[in-house]
Amino acid sequence: MVKEVERAGIPVVHMCTVVPISLTVGANRIVPTIAIPHPLGDPKLDPKEEKALRRKLVERALEALQTEVTDQTVFEVK
Amino acid sequence: MGKIKIVHYINQFFAGIGGEEKADFRPEVREEVLGPGLALQAGFKDEAEIVATIICGDSYFGENIEEAKKEVLEMVKKYNPDLFIAGPAFNAGRYGVAAGTITEAVQNELGIPAITGMYIENPGADMFKKAVYVVSTKNSAAGMRDAVKKMVPLALKVARGEEIGSPEEEGYLPRGIRKNYFADKRGSARAVDMLVKKLAGEEFVTEFPMPNFDRVDPNPAVKDITKATIAIVTSGGAVPKGNPDHIESSSASKYGKYDIEGINNLDETNGETAHGGYDPVYANEDLDRVIPVDVLRDLEKEGKIGKLHRYYYTTVGNGTAVASAKKFASEFSKELKADGVDAVILTST
Repeated sequence: MVKEVERAGIPVVHMCTVVPISLTVGANRIVPTIAIPHPLGDPKLDPKEEKALRRKLVERALEALQTEVTDQTVFEVK
Repeated sequence: MGKIKIVHYINQFFAGIGGEEKADFRPEVREEVLGPGLALQAGFKDEAEIVATIICGDSYFGENIEEAKKEVLEMVKKYNPDLFIAGPAFNAGRYGVAAGTITEAVQNELGIPAITGMYIENPGADMFKKAVYVVSTKNSAAGMRDAVKKMVPLALKVARGEEIGSPEEEGYLPRGIRKNYFADKRGSARAVDMLVKKLAGEEFVTEFPMPNFDRVDPNPAVKDITKATIAIVTSGGAVPKGNPDHIESSSASKYGKYDIEGINNLDETNGETAHGGYDPVYANEDLDRVIPVDVLRDLEKEGKIGKLHRYYYTTVGNGTAVASAKKFASEFSKELKADGVDAVILTST
């Protein structure tokens, strides 16, 4: 799906936990996430911390979308 | 060579430990034959013996690839087997990636012959078919008998260091290895035969299949994110509560398009997941964990992004055929483009 969105001319960032799969599939902008059943959250955190974590991940994804890339790039979350 | 000693790797599901709720199961070794190992052992008769089975949860492996690999390698090393077999993983994506990763590591790091098996569309197949023997299986466990029939003879040959035939003969996925052999006819004659068949509209087999590199170049970056319309797409099966379009929990035949206008936050009352390939508890509690509507809404209000697109597009990426996913996305991408969406955040579980 990532490739089809890209092919349609829309920049796309893939947020996923198993980065090797994303690389194999051919995503160009990749943000690694937390866990397979909850990529954008962590039920161990309290709701406020969890939302802050999610915001950090999404902000990283927005940075990825604003970054020119020529090749597959993984945007680690610091 | 006496009886061949085998260590077998399977996931938590095939070990009978549990489904998705147990997918974080850490590597464990048992000195017994379990699950698909029984069928393999029956196929090996007295020629080989599975001395131990290593079990690991698919999510644990997928989320901790390096550590899991190390732990499993240590376990394999202890038994110093003549052969290592992982799976078959059929079309289970995380399982296929785990099986391929560990098969390659056992082969390359321990120097022990190793094979695995999976369906050709399993992401693990593309990742590892060149590095190791990946027996081509059907897409579900209903194909166990067929898988065993191919894996047993190949396993014995690999363990004994015997010559391995072509992918067609042995049933593994082509590894891109070329081998010299003496053909009956010279190249020019074979080429003319092929051309004659092609002109006659008959079937012919090429001697040099072109590799299929389906890569799409990255699009230019978003210039001004504060004016951009961002849409959410997911393969994580996020749907409104009740799954109104009945998107299937695996091998999805459709995708959904859902209106999130006026929704600032997802919770157990307005969203759930239809995905059958991971533990749904966390997504059903708070679907923002799969599609971050709450955060994007905040960013929209703060002017950090232009707009969150009114609709999100979703399907279940669990055993779903690559051809279906491609078709869904090429359809909705046209809509996204027509609706003036500037960028997409695509989440996967």
